[in-house]
Amino acid sequence: MLAYIVRRLLLAVLTVWAISVLSFMIIHLPPGDYVTSYIASMSASGSAVSEGEAAALREQLGLDKSITVQYAKWMGLMLQGNFGMAMEWGRPVSDVIGDRLTLTMVISVAAIIFTWALALPIGIYSAVYPYSFLDYVFTFVGFIGLAFPGFLLALIVMYVGFAWFGANVGGLFSPDFVEAPWSMAKIWDLTKHLPIPAVVLGVAGTAQLIRIMRSNLLDELRKPYVMTARARGLSEYRVIMRYPVRVALNPFVSTIGYLLPYIVSGSIIVSLVLSLPTVGPLLLKALIAQDMFLAGTIVLLLGVMTVIGTFISDLLLMWVDPRIRLGRQ
Amino acid sequence: MAELVATQVVGGQAEERVAVATQWQLMWWRFRKHKLAVGGTIVLALFYGVALFADFFAYADPQESDAQRSLMAPQPIHWLDEGRWGPYVYALKGTRDPLTFKRVYVPDTSQKIPIRFFGRGEPYDLLGFIPTDRHLFAVEGAKTSQSLFLMGTDLLGRDLWSRLMYATRTSMTIGLVSVALSLVLGVVLGGVSGYFGGLIDTVIQRIIEILRSIPTIPLWMGLAAALPADWSVVQVYFAITIIISLIGWTELARVVRGRFISLKEEDFVMAAELVGCSKARIIFRHMVPSFVSHIIAATTLAIPAIIISETSLSFLGLGLRPPAISWGVLLQDAQNIQALVISPWLLIPAFAVIVAVLAFNFMGDGIRDAADPYL
Repeated sequence: MLAYIVRRLLLAVLTVWAISVLSFMIIHLPPGDYVTSYIASMSASGSAVSEGEAAALREQLGLDKSITVQYAKWMGLMLQGNFGMAMEWGRPVSDVIGDRLTLTMVISVAAIIFTWALALPIGIYSAVYPYSFLDYVFTFVGFIGLAFPGFLLALIVMYVGFAWFGANVGGLFSPDFVEAPWSMAKIWDLTKHLPIPAVVLGVAGTAQLIRIMRSNLLDELRKPYVMTARARGLSEYRVIMRYPVRVALNPFVSTIGYLLPYIVSGSIIVSLVLSLPTVGPLLLKALIAQDMFLAGTIVLLLGVMTVIGTFISDLLLMWVDPRIRLGRQ
Repeated sequence: MAELVATQVVGGQAEERVAVATQWQLMWWRFRKHKLAVGGTIVLALFYGVALFADFFAYADPQESDAQRSLMAPQPIHWLDEGRWGPYVYALKGTRDPLTFKRVYVPDTSQKIPIRFFGRGEPYDLLGFIPTDRHLFAVEGAKTSQSLFLMGTDLLGRDLWSRLMYATRTSMTIGLVSVALSLVLGVVLGGVSGYFGGLIDTVIQRIIEILRSIPTIPLWMGLAAALPADWSVVQVYFAITIIISLIGWTELARVVRGRFISLKEEDFVMAAELVGCSKARIIFRHMVPSFVSHIIAATTLAIPAIIISETSLSFLGLGLRPPAISWGVLLQDAQNIQALVISPWLLIPAFAVIVAVLAFNFMGDGIRDAADPYL
């Protein structure tokens, strides 16, 4: 068991490292750097930046050093929890993204809870009553859910809200609470706004999980031990829930590791449509402005959060599956 | 599924037919029974027909803009002319709304413009080398692009129907090109990983796990934002396909690896080994043919994800950029919710995306079920 945890932990650390290199590289791929785009935006607004000023700015931001030195510097600061300055905003990165990152995770977790709460019972029902009317309905709805990219669903939800109900269904807070400090009332307001983004984000994953659960459980139900259990007179509820569901749950739980990156990734673009105050809109702006500290930190932190989530799902898998818990894999 | 085929054919002769059928024939019989899959295949054939003959289906230049015709609503077609078949539209008159001073179009009921199928319009090269001027629709007695608006126009007054036809070409082919790249990467790396096992398997699997635990959209956004702004449409097109397939290969690699591992234990592989077949012969002559169908199924199921990725990136403004036309580029116009409420037809491309993705899913599911005799 310990060996399993250690191996997972090592993999998580390796993944974080790979993400850090990738995010740092991405930020460096575009030709030019922040200063170039800063000069461009300054000259567009009419004020010129002299070459001396540009060089001074580069030196101040450490942009004149080699890539590896910049990476080492960046990582060193990261490890100390100092995420550098968001250049465009003139404020520390942690200031700019703190709340937004939390909200991204709140939305993602809400979407996962929604996905699970819906997929588990529907999946079990569809497997126990395959080819029944409701099974077909769920399969059909699931297919539609799978075909709708999150942002299109978000667009349609926005459109329906606007055109039919005259209400703006976007955002995560009522106007009164946007600037308000955190309080119970604000959290309650957030809870009221959560369902729409959670559903929009969770639909595709739900459709997928229903299909996984249904086919896993169908396979299990065909096995002889289920017939044995039934022949020995176990109640139908116990026959299904006690053993086959538990076995079928294993691949189901392990997909959460893939579900989380998928949902976090989807939240970026859905946030733009629903104008949610997550890191999504910020990342897009940062990428366009080539604000490397900000964009790099966002990609890195999103990745790290996802890795942590995956690690938790691995621990969960261990709890569900005794084969892993007892050290045989 | 095997019983299904067996029950369908009755009598000794038919049974014999099943017994001697090739693997592909059996698959085709099973596939045919899957109604949704057949439906999906037909829809996809139509979509690729549009992609191939986009300039035939379009009746206007997709780039021709006219501020006078901005945001015109889709035009109703009247199919019967005084009780007899003869589709026509009314000519449109632009006037000013006396209250809002907005430009509005009212049909001029005194002036009918007949629509002709396979009529003459703008000249173009069919398939790139057959010069012609026949289009699916054309109108008589007027310029088609100025009088026909099947799906309305966008903000710049460009005809949405014609743009949608060209967008279908871009979006449907980007799926194919990108999946081909993913397939090469997936089959090579997955095959190596599954066949050889050991250290190389561990390394490749860890790489896949790492790639899969990274949220893709931020990564793609970063990569796409890095493309130089002065690249041509074609360069951006290929760059985007490469970016998308860089991550898309992992799923295919997993399928291939899984197949290799399970086949390695099969008796026929061991038999081939025992009679002294070379590694290459075992892989390509014995193992690959038995899972080609699975690869096809996995590939089909990978395409919709790629289409959605391209659409999402272009929607954000980081994928294909105008003057390229793709579903995502068209949907950029629908980003502004106020504009969308006034002109809901801007959302039409979304339905093309959804129908295409659904069709691919249905077809892929059908192939997968047909390919697996043990289901």
